[in-house]
Amino acid sequence: MVSHVSPYLTVGGVVLAGMLLFVAAMLVRLLLAPHAPTAAKLRTYECGVDPVGEGWAQTNVRYFLYAFLYVIFAVDAVYLFPWATVIRTPALGLASLIEMGIFLGVLLVGLAHAARRGLLRWI
Amino acid sequence: MTVDTRPATVALPMPRLGPGNDNTLRPIKVVLNWGRRYSLWVFNFGLACCAIEFIAASMARHDFIRLGVIPFAPGPRQADLMIVSGTVSDKMAPVIRRLYDQMPEPKYVISFGSCSNSGGPYWDSYCVTKGVDQLIPVDVYVPGCPPRPEALLQGIVRLQQKIASETLSTKAIRAKYAGSRRAEAGEVTRGLLTKPAVTGRPTDGGLS
Repeated sequence: MVSHVSPYLTVGGVVLAGMLLFVAAMLVRLLLAPHAPTAAKLRTYECGVDPVGEGWAQTNVRYFLYAFLYVIFAVDAVYLFPWATVIRTPALGLASLIEMGIFLGVLLVGLAHAARRGLLRWI
Repeated sequence: MTVDTRPATVALPMPRLGPGNDNTLRPIKVVLNWGRRYSLWVFNFGLACCAIEFIAASMARHDFIRLGVIPFAPGPRQADLMIVSGTVSDKMAPVIRRLYDQMPEPKYVISFGSCSNSGGPYWDSYCVTKGVDQLIPVDVYVPGCPPRPEALLQGIVRLQQKIASETLSTKAIRAKYAGSRRAEAGEVTRGLLTKPAVTGRPTDGGLS
């Protein structure tokens, strides 16, 4: 059977039904739900202890060092493995070798910075 | 520096029931109570070994989900039922009180095990609260040390009977919150205890 209803009409009907259901659910909630605000209930939930500070807070940036070393060593390896598969092709070999040299050089600068800041010391 | 985070300036409208729910027709009440008692989102307050029995009651063998109890609500604001299972210490008391305060109405409490009923074996400890009903109103007490999971199932059934027969009203909610809507959880803290004076017994240890 060929439908003579435009598909857009169907989509519009679904959207309308969805909106009606939402409004009906909110209305029923308004009609039925108890409402008993107290000072403790409006307080920020922090597992029951006193909430500290405001909604915005700074996190400890100590772990950026791990992220830094991770970028140097792990992301480095991610790019080295695909390079290893194309280094022997004549078209890419020499150019990719030079490019990789530049890339590793940049990473080495990062490693030197990490060493200078004492990140490579074993405590 | 201590920052006072109490929302003291927030206006607190009077507690009320939805207008469609207050003094409504009997069939509507029955349907609402029926829905309420078979979808009890539970906030597990596992404080000691009784929590293990609670977990056992939630697992496949005893499976309280078949009674409509839905375990592990994300937080107090999503929970209907608090099950306090375990030893309530005085240090934990304000936390229990505040989390109970943060649950939405209507809310129910099951005290699970001797410790949360009355302090249990630690009734004379310096740091154990002598029953969670000193902090929050308890609907059903489940006795035992620890109670078996079947006992919790029985407690849940009793609570469901209680919910089935209850009638919510704006008047009752206002009576419940009269004078306590700005109460703080810190009010249930207890100061340090001093050693009681011993009378009528030797004070040199008594063992000589």
